[in-house]
Amino acid sequence: MNVRRALALAKKDWKRIFREPAFLFLIILFPVMLTVAFGVSFGAVGGGQPTSFAVGVVAQGGNSTSSTQFIQAMQATGALKVTPYTGNQSAQSALSQGQLQAVIILPSSFEEGVESFMAHPDTPSMWVNSTVSIYLDKGSPLTTQVIPAMVGEVLSKGVLGVGAATQALPFAVSAPSEVKVQGTTVFQSFAPGLFAFASIYMIMIVAQSYTTERESGLLGRLFVTPATSADIVMGSMVSYLVLGLFQGLLIFASVYALGYHPQTNVAGLLVGFVAITVFALCNIGFGLVTAALARSAGAATGLSFVFLMPQLFLGTFVGSALSSTASAAGKFLPAYYVTDALTSLWTRGASITSQTVLTDLAVVSASSLVILFVGIQVFKHSGGR
Amino acid sequence: MEQKEAQTGVAVAIEGLTKDYDGVRAVDGLTLEIREAQIFGLLGPNGSGKTTTINCLTGLLKPTQGSVTVEGFDVQTQGREAREVMGVSPQETAVCGYLSGEENVRLFGELYSVPRGTLGTRVDYVLEKMGLTEEEGRRVSKYSGGMKRRVSIAMALVADPKVILLDEPTVGMDPQARRAVWDFVVELREKGKTIVLTTHYMEEAEELCDEVGIIDHGKLIALGSPSELKAQHGARDMEEVFIQLTGRRIREGA
Repeated sequence: MNVRRALALAKKDWKRIFREPAFLFLIILFPVMLTVAFGVSFGAVGGGQPTSFAVGVVAQGGNSTSSTQFIQAMQATGALKVTPYTGNQSAQSALSQGQLQAVIILPSSFEEGVESFMAHPDTPSMWVNSTVSIYLDKGSPLTTQVIPAMVGEVLSKGVLGVGAATQALPFAVSAPSEVKVQGTTVFQSFAPGLFAFASIYMIMIVAQSYTTERESGLLGRLFVTPATSADIVMGSMVSYLVLGLFQGLLIFASVYALGYHPQTNVAGLLVGFVAITVFALCNIGFGLVTAALARSAGAATGLSFVFLMPQLFLGTFVGSALSSTASAAGKFLPAYYVTDALTSLWTRGASITSQTVLTDLAVVSASSLVILFVGIQVFKHSGGR
Repeated sequence: MEQKEAQTGVAVAIEGLTKDYDGVRAVDGLTLEIREAQIFGLLGPNGSGKTTTINCLTGLLKPTQGSVTVEGFDVQTQGREAREVMGVSPQETAVCGYLSGEENVRLFGELYSVPRGTLGTRVDYVLEKMGLTEEEGRRVSKYSGGMKRRVSIAMALVADPKVILLDEPTVGMDPQARRAVWDFVVELREKGKTIVLTTHYMEEAEELCDEVGIIDHGKLIALGSPSELKAQHGARDMEEVFIQLTGRRIREGA
């Protein structure tokens, strides 16, 4: 491969994107408009209605009659899938990786509190008071409203046996201060998906770019210069990778301005952008496959939706109102893992070394490289000339 | 891979070139030698196999049989070396509409690895020769058809190649532009370049070409200088030669 040739071709593609209104719209204006539209439309709590929530329970006082009763009562609601944890750390790790929507901490004095209430239900001065803490998944805003209310309900009716949740109890149910319940919106749960959502349109851009150049004879002409297929594909990759990064930064600025502030450090931000950039490779690969299969730019536009739509619908709204079937199907798509990685890193505050993030990155990288390789081979074989 | 020992003075050697498309033979056993520092005209009716021959010459199409060497490099097995000594202006203008004339030509200079120190000078030179200096900063999508074709030729010439392939170079040009292209082509031959062109304009072939090959149904049916061919067929001009050899029936296809 010749770097000078590849860079010259990358510059050509870059100029095309910024000079042709249709490309500029799809790559730059559309993602920003989409982000603003989502931000304005879903800037308040609401949206999807999950049928059940996965919660973890940590009994700091160890297993006791009351904690067991609490867990059974939680499960009896039918809306909560409860997993007991022996330590707060493992439960928090699961929460930060999206495996749980909430972690409930039963204090060490929980048993005493229940017993004191049962012994003196009408004498609050005799109660042993304590606080049941709840850590919530910030990537799933509905949980911030539903789970604290459900925990209160379960405590009062299921454990203490009182009729009304409003009655005075020996337990306060509190969400810890670091969980910004009031600031969490549906938009914030959608925000990580917007990065993949915008990037996916690169499939159409790449396919159109190659097919129009093939129709005009320019692509064939490039092949009769000393430039090799590797130079030509590398030129595209460089331009679209830079574009993917630029697009990611633009969306980041937009979502930040609209109130989505990632709960991570610089390393977390960088890893997130790496995931976004690597995902661009996957879209270049799908674009090349589309260009190879389509005989015209018009056909390329239509055909690109075959690769585009599943990723849009199953891969960009991870954890947000997807049915279990859709979620399972989404796991076959690279977009799912980009969105999941960004949600874990930026919304849930997961560590860059957490298992979910590492798995997501590995899947995105491997699948993107495979798809790119297939795209290059298919294009070289049947679409280049 | 080593360069084949080129026959003295032969820039392009085509031997037994055959190309089939889906059972249709577009070029049928074409054998031809084009000498260095010559303007060679490849003539023929629509669909006769001219462009297919040019595409096999550039390596864009793989021959079904036969071989093509350019400056001693086999186009199929030494494609990159062959492409480095060739400048090609295809039948379609094949330019980037979203780039300016200057950017198009500069891009091709980069692809041909024209040294950075001389690239600017080469770009300015070929644009000036094609009469595009004043319009070089405008996007090519705004150019007329004739101007686009001149940009296309400038792109083929920016690297100062030894062999130049021009597929219908003056289509859509006004007489002044056509004359400028002709003058430049003659100048290039005087500098020792070999030019292979296809054309439907018989006066162009007569004016420019040292030697002409007429092909029909993929076969070479006549070869010689315009004056030789006219003498052989007792014709007043090349158009008469062409009609005598290929008939009056209107052909379909490109």
